[in-house]
Amino acid sequence: MDYEAVIGLETHVQLKTNSKIFCGCSTNFGVSPNSQTCPVCLGFPGVLPVLNKKVVELAVKLTLALNCRITPNCKFHRKNYFYPDLPKAYQISQYDEPLAIDGYLDVEAVKIGITRVHLEEDAGKLIHTQEGDSLVDYNRCGMPLIEIVTEPDLKTPHQAYEYLTDLKSILEYLEVSDCNMEEGSLRCDANVSIRPVGQVELGTKTEVKNMNSFKAVERALSYEIERQIKVVQQGGQINQETRLWDEKKEITIPMRSKEEAHDYRYFPEPDLVPLEVSQEWTEEIKTGIPELPQAKRQRFIEGYELPSYDAEVLTANKSLANFFENTTKFYPKPKMVSNWIMTEVLGYLAEANLDISQSKLTPTHLAEMLELIDSGTISGKIGKEVLPEIFKTGKSPAEIIQEKGLVQITDGDEIVKVIEQVITENPKAVEEYKTGKKETLGFLVGQVMKLTKGKANPQITNKLLQERL
Amino acid sequence: MAITKKEVEQVCSLARLELSDSEKDEFTCQLDSILGYVAKINELETSNILPTSHPILLTNVLREDKVKESLPVEEVLANAPDAGKGHFRVPRII
Repeated sequence: MDYEAVIGLETHVQLKTNSKIFCGCSTNFGVSPNSQTCPVCLGFPGVLPVLNKKVVELAVKLTLALNCRITPNCKFHRKNYFYPDLPKAYQISQYDEPLAIDGYLDVEAVKIGITRVHLEEDAGKLIHTQEGDSLVDYNRCGMPLIEIVTEPDLKTPHQAYEYLTDLKSILEYLEVSDCNMEEGSLRCDANVSIRPVGQVELGTKTEVKNMNSFKAVERALSYEIERQIKVVQQGGQINQETRLWDEKKEITIPMRSKEEAHDYRYFPEPDLVPLEVSQEWTEEIKTGIPELPQAKRQRFIEGYELPSYDAEVLTANKSLANFFENTTKFYPKPKMVSNWIMTEVLGYLAEANLDISQSKLTPTHLAEMLELIDSGTISGKIGKEVLPEIFKTGKSPAEIIQEKGLVQITDGDEIVKVIEQVITENPKAVEEYKTGKKETLGFLVGQVMKLTKGKANPQITNKLLQERL
Repeated sequence: MAITKKEVEQVCSLARLELSDSEKDEFTCQLDSILGYVAKINELETSNILPTSHPILLTNVLREDKVKESLPVEEVLANAPDAGKGHFRVPRII
């Protein structure tokens, strides 16, 4: 029997604010433990939480981009559980009236439903020591989070990966989150079940946690789907449980839990009044939404006549898309700019682990360099050498070419001199060429290039060499 | 009965309370009478009334996204039963 998977994702995203969701403590990452805490986020008796306006604005911005319906009057609830990461013994979250519902995201032309988007506060961080106790740092406690829950519309681990990549791209475009998985500002849990192909009824699902990258989500889901199919094929049953992804062993293992039956006893948070996001406020926030990745991709394909692959690579990151567009303003040959960005520029950035906005290369640099190649001042090959220099020094291409003496040799007399030298030094190759082995020409051109350090104009060299032989 | 002994046990376990058997009986009885009393409200016709989550008719109490000074770490940890390396120290629970 053939089985298909049904996947739903829950993604927690930390919103990019200066202060926490209900108090004025800073949201800086990497500071000393418990240095960004106060009576509110430590849950002292008698304190009152007050909602951060920026949190609402960022969250509404995202829900609009995800085509959600904003709940006109939403409320906060207390989610009760005992664990040392939660000093109040409850987490302020949203329950039956979340901020927004009923959205969708198009992932590779498939509509993935967004069930809900809600606001909540993050919990603290525990470090388990070898002595058998736990150290608690409450800096993260009260960080503003949104949880984005999809419908069980995803069918494959790869689709889940694509969804997360698209979601991340939107979050970055909107500038609502840093989306840094290492710092925990983006976390994802997955619900997954299997069923025989054609069956409408859903199978029993498991929840998979502890994945620290999108690729890990994809791998964990692949493993879990296969595991479930094996269990069912051997006549077993799937237990509804939470399982943890073990990155090293590449398996999921059931989480040990004393309180498997979750009973969070949600009740309305009496310390917070309802939140009303009015039509006017929504409209105001809407004006702050920039062009989103999908629209940009489409415009790149139509406006710049780029292949869809190019458009996708260039728009995956907003600063890269801006870099491309700015370069074409100075050098209006989009495909040429795209080629250089996709190979040389991205190659360098990946190696240096930098974002384009952090590098010293500017659109004017790249445009100027492409002009120099067009005008024959340097060859494309030399261009590839100039580029890393710009990255390193931030100097203009003309300056670098001048300093390093990289100007292309187009003077025939000068090239002929080198050709003579190559012919004298490589009698065997010359002989081979003359006896009909035409591919030897390439070798000889290569020798000329070597002696001129790549500066000889290839077309002229080719022509002169053929004439000489 | 509005509440059973089993439900009382469940509530105890969620609240981390350990009760003796006679206490369980006693509290089941008391809770039952309280719930029975409160159940009277069910006699009212409420289908057209919105639930009240907050007694004051107030919405959108918000603050600007401004950072305020946090507590000094010594003060944060001053009431902690145990602390170490700038952290609260607690028994390990998995």
